[in-house]
Amino acid sequence: MVASTVKKLLRAGDWLATPLHAARYLETINPLWSDHGRGRIERLIQETPDTVTLVIRANGAWAGGEAGQYVQLGLDVDGVRHWRCYSLASPVQPGSREFSVTVNRLDGGRVSTFINDCLQAGDLVHLKPAAGDFVLPRERSGQKLLFISAGSGVTPVMGMLRQLIAEGADADVVMLHFSPDYAHCIFESELRASHSDQRRIHLAVTREEPRQGDLSGHFSADMLEQVCPDWQSRQAWVCGPSSLMSAVSELFLGAGLSGQLKQEAFVARRAEVPEGAGGKVGFVVAGKQVDADGSTSLLEVAEGAGLTPEHGCRMGICCGCLATLKEGQVRDLNTGEVFGECGEQVRICVCAAAGDVSLEL
Amino acid sequence: MNAAVETHAVKLKPVTRSGKLPVNLTDEQVQAFGKEIEAIRERIMGSIGEKDARYIRRVIKTQRWLEIGGRGLLFAGIFPPAFVMGASMLGVAKILENMEIGHNVIHGQWDWMRDPDIHSSTWEWDTVCPSKHWKHSHNHMHHKWTNVVGMDRDVGYGILRMSEKQEWEPYYLGQPVYNFLLATFFQWGVALHDLEAEKIRKGEKSYKDAIPFLKEVGTKVRKQVLKDYVLFPAMAGPFFLPVLAGNAVANLIRNYWAYAIIFCGHFPEGTEDFNVEDVENEDKAHWYLRQLLGSANIEGGKLMHIMSGNLSHQIEHHLFPDMPSNRYAEAAREVRAICRKYGLPYNSNSLRKQFTSSMKKVLRLSLPNRRKEGDTVTA
Repeated sequence: MVASTVKKLLRAGDWLATPLHAARYLETINPLWSDHGRGRIERLIQETPDTVTLVIRANGAWAGGEAGQYVQLGLDVDGVRHWRCYSLASPVQPGSREFSVTVNRLDGGRVSTFINDCLQAGDLVHLKPAAGDFVLPRERSGQKLLFISAGSGVTPVMGMLRQLIAEGADADVVMLHFSPDYAHCIFESELRASHSDQRRIHLAVTREEPRQGDLSGHFSADMLEQVCPDWQSRQAWVCGPSSLMSAVSELFLGAGLSGQLKQEAFVARRAEVPEGAGGKVGFVVAGKQVDADGSTSLLEVAEGAGLTPEHGCRMGICCGCLATLKEGQVRDLNTGEVFGECGEQVRICVCAAAGDVSLEL
Repeated sequence: MNAAVETHAVKLKPVTRSGKLPVNLTDEQVQAFGKEIEAIRERIMGSIGEKDARYIRRVIKTQRWLEIGGRGLLFAGIFPPAFVMGASMLGVAKILENMEIGHNVIHGQWDWMRDPDIHSSTWEWDTVCPSKHWKHSHNHMHHKWTNVVGMDRDVGYGILRMSEKQEWEPYYLGQPVYNFLLATFFQWGVALHDLEAEKIRKGEKSYKDAIPFLKEVGTKVRKQVLKDYVLFPAMAGPFFLPVLAGNAVANLIRNYWAYAIIFCGHFPEGTEDFNVEDVENEDKAHWYLRQLLGSANIEGGKLMHIMSGNLSHQIEHHLFPDMPSNRYAEAAREVRAICRKYGLPYNSNSLRKQFTSSMKKVLRLSLPNRRKEGDTVTA
């Protein structure tokens, strides 16, 4: 009700704010009064030396989400906006619209390092709608569930576990979580405290002597049999590094139970492209794909493929040829810089393919 | 020269120069000059970041508060001090929006931030000229073909005779009057820039051809006029008139100021203009050199630079149109030093001098050329 009234008022305000939207002026007063999804960092919790939890309160423009889904966080790092996907590690609190994500510092990861080192309570983040089907079943009372996770893959699982606990659902849960050692075990104390007859939580370490009651080593079918003999009769969720994901999915595939397993893979690193190499250029609107070298501008590649993209100066100064990058990266032919994120606008008259790319053309 | 681009309808005087620029440099020296200019660009563009992003966001925030404040005060515009303050604040807000923010954002100077709200592909500015048209007439035609008579429509905007290379005709006797009208209705002149009014005047283009263009302008005009001259005045109820008048004054302030700054950019005495033949097969170094020769700076303090949208650094803006404007001052120190090194002119003067010089040109060129062009040393 309130939201729709606000929307109507904003639309009326647009006539006064033209050529901008009224929301741009409201943002001037309070950055959260925006028609774009935004959130304020309420507090930060240091989980391990290189993992931090952000408790975020979203504004009304953010559409919400479910524990286990991922949300894209937009952060301005050295003035440049970067978008990264993080799992909702908590249910979204109705009313307060508060939720948390937990971010593990990656080696050389610009954004995860920024989040761990620089972000402070009160800072703003940009939010895109939550997405993904790595969530609890709608009907969960009396259900038998199995969660398998490793490393930071615990975050969406933790979200679902917290939701079950908050709801007081009587689901029967078995969880198996792997860490290299206890120092890097995210949520260790909360996981131990959540252990009960109804929620049996097993921790395993791979590079350290396990403590009493914990397990040792990597995932194996035997280990699963040992902690959860009835795994075949459970709905299962797995999230972690690719080695764990493939071991678990092969086990379920072998048992003919792939339909019972939900998987969430954290994005793989981009393939390294040799200096100066081109790649396949896809034009998603035209539905064409062509090979291009690393020194021909994407505008020329498009024209060679029979497209007629809008353009102007053909020398990189007028912004008349901007096209949206859907996948891959490009090389600035003037500076040699390789850059590009999904959704970024690039000047195709002075950029060439750096590996496979696709453009909204 | 790009064969796909047609020259517009200005009668050209016979060419005597041999496709060269009027400087006393060898080709090697021009190439070396180009490399040094390019190095400035690389260094500065490689160092943009957080501080620059904070700068533009602060300017935008200031502009919006000025606008909110100005419009608010005008509601009390029945009291003369509120009227004067309100109209001035709104005028300044419009100047900031058009120049330091709009013009520069549309150039893509802030695209690197990847903020969709401060981006050349989305920004629509607070004038009757649609950004889309501006990108063509200004970003492309003016910046690529700067001062090339017959290509760059900013040489006189199809209304004035601002180069000896444009053939005189009796129509130009009225130039002082057209000039005054252009200054007064500057935003409308900008909006109709791509209409190619002179072609219509000469019967080379029919009104029918212009209809799609005019429709796009019309959509923008309707919204702008509705906002400034109907909705805001109506909200003031009985104080309708002061708000209406205040908005008109604000638009007028913006028009005169923008006109003055822009005329100082390429028309002061000493700025060169060129023939199409001069730029055939032009490489980047010669392009840089032409941008330098065709542009003029205005000297002044920080406020002058911000209020002119840093077009007071017109030379640097033309060398590096997509460089964040707050970095032009830094680039200017280096460009000036390079010019000294190569013995190249660097046209920089006070606002008063540059403006007077431009106005003299308006008057002088309203009459036929008096003297023959002297021979020039060429590179």
